[in-house]
Amino acid sequence: MTAHATSPTSGTPATPATPAAPPSVAATALALGDDALVLSHRLGEWAGHAPVLEEEVALANIALDLLGQARVLLSLVGDEDELAYLREERAFRNVQLVEQPNGDFAHTIARQLYFSTYQHLLYERLAASDGPLTGLAAKAVKEVAYHRDHAEQWTVRLGDGTPESHDRMQRACDALWRHTGEMFQPINGTADTDSTDGTSGIDVDWPEMEASWTASVTAVLDRATLKVPEGPRTGAWSAGAGRQGLHTEPFGRMLAEMQHLHRSHPGATW
Amino acid sequence: MATAAAHQAAGTPAAHATSDAIGTASGPDSGPDSGTAAYQAAFDTAVAAEERIEPRDWMPDAYRATLVRQIAQHAHSEIIGMQPEANWITRAPSLRRKAILMAKVQDEAGHGLYLYSAAETLGTGRDELLDKLHSGRQKYSSIFNYPTLTWADVGAIGWLVDGAAITNQVPLCRCSYGPYARAMVRICKEESFHQRQGYELLLALSRGTDAQHAMAQDAVDRWWWPSLMMFGPPDDESSHSAQSMEWKIKRHSNDELRQRFVDICVPQAESLGLALPDPDLRWNEERGHHDFGAIDWTEFWEVLKGNGPCNEQRITQRRRAHDEGAWVREAAAAHAAKHSGASGKATA
Repeated sequence: MTAHATSPTSGTPATPATPAAPPSVAATALALGDDALVLSHRLGEWAGHAPVLEEEVALANIALDLLGQARVLLSLVGDEDELAYLREERAFRNVQLVEQPNGDFAHTIARQLYFSTYQHLLYERLAASDGPLTGLAAKAVKEVAYHRDHAEQWTVRLGDGTPESHDRMQRACDALWRHTGEMFQPINGTADTDSTDGTSGIDVDWPEMEASWTASVTAVLDRATLKVPEGPRTGAWSAGAGRQGLHTEPFGRMLAEMQHLHRSHPGATW
Repeated sequence: MATAAAHQAAGTPAAHATSDAIGTASGPDSGPDSGTAAYQAAFDTAVAAEERIEPRDWMPDAYRATLVRQIAQHAHSEIIGMQPEANWITRAPSLRRKAILMAKVQDEAGHGLYLYSAAETLGTGRDELLDKLHSGRQKYSSIFNYPTLTWADVGAIGWLVDGAAITNQVPLCRCSYGPYARAMVRICKEESFHQRQGYELLLALSRGTDAQHAMAQDAVDRWWWPSLMMFGPPDDESSHSAQSMEWKIKRHSNDELRQRFVDICVPQAESLGLALPDPDLRWNEERGHHDFGAIDWTEFWEVLKGNGPCNEQRITQRRRAHDEGAWVREAAAAHAAKHSGASGKATA
């Protein structure tokens, strides 16, 4: 990681120096770690604003699980705090879906539905494989199963609730749809068809996973009396863009807030 | 029904079977005077014997009302208290600290849930209590009307505010009302953990760079006096104290608890390497306690009246979250109604 090599020490003695993972594994860990870090941050923005107390607990719980996953994944790549706080926007590898602003509760739930279904399918496959991320995936898959269940239940409740909640949920599903195709782009440096020699971070049949995702999300939307959105799932700009460090405008502001304090005290220990 | 003595004394040995009768006896104009007197006597005996009063036991109306007021205010404080700390979740300076803070704010929501449940055992609903919070008819702890201006405030809240809360709440674990006492046992365990984390956060800052040390000192300077105010007005101005102590809801006076807190904090501040902002603070050999300076009670009453730095902001955010969430709660209720029996998972 260039960020790791060139940034000033951020002094985080709590994080032991981890031997750098092989480059292909590191690229995957960074991408998945950024997904979890960024979505965790967005969910953290809900604290104190949720529609009901139980959701304060649930959203914070999911945010914490994701933050825990992010810390393990980023630590495979380098120092977690340097990676989180000292990289600029163009160096982040998360998909654009997770950086989308919270919007109303329906938007947050639609984002959770799309992403947690993806994450669950991915971690199930990684947990069953024999690779460097197997251990992490085996632990995370249990958490993510809960996130997915939470998102599915709320999607059904809102879709099949009142006319207003139905409309809001449909609008949210439609609005985020164009960011869903990106999740199934092979992660740089790992999924080349000619490098499935066991050293790559993950070995995933992306088209097969995408088909599972589509079937699952379609079934949930059906139960929720919602229409499966019709627009394109990727565009010229969004196809794999986040994984290449091309993000949406709100993301820079999110990072400005997240990183401000850490960057204001270079070299400090917290 | 923990108060066996109460029921024997009231002449209702088959207490479980007659709980409805006991329930009706709790109304303001209930039953013949002799019956109420017997219940009252049984209640007094049970309280004196350190027995726990349980939800279906007879209790004086004023006891019920005091508990509802106190437990609701406690629950509201947990909920409003999420705001000053949540203010820093998105800016926490390390991922470890961010995780700790998120977990803490989540715990506070959980404490709010326990406490609303405890209040509900007294015959009032969460919706009704929230409505009273939103309309200003019930209060929350005045401490949460102060702003969190720097990261160090998160540590000062953990160390001082949670520390004061624990000093106040540990005796409540022996409170005469069972559901409240049991909620406090759970809550105090988690609060102690939060307090240690706050202390440790401040210690890291105090031992850090000059700028970090200054940030920590500034936070302690701003939070010290408001924390002392958390124990409430001085004993001679505390309207509910005497009755609450008689009922064994409260175990120590405001001033006793405040003194205990000061005595605990002084050595902790020393080991933190931070000063407490009170020139009159010194050990009094004769009393075996620390003397400390006068509290600005004018400020206290102003904050309590709604004129603190964040009163308006806190309640506005709480109302907005509730109002903007109305459609979600309505959706959950509508969904549950459509699928009643089949799903029943609505949380509204």
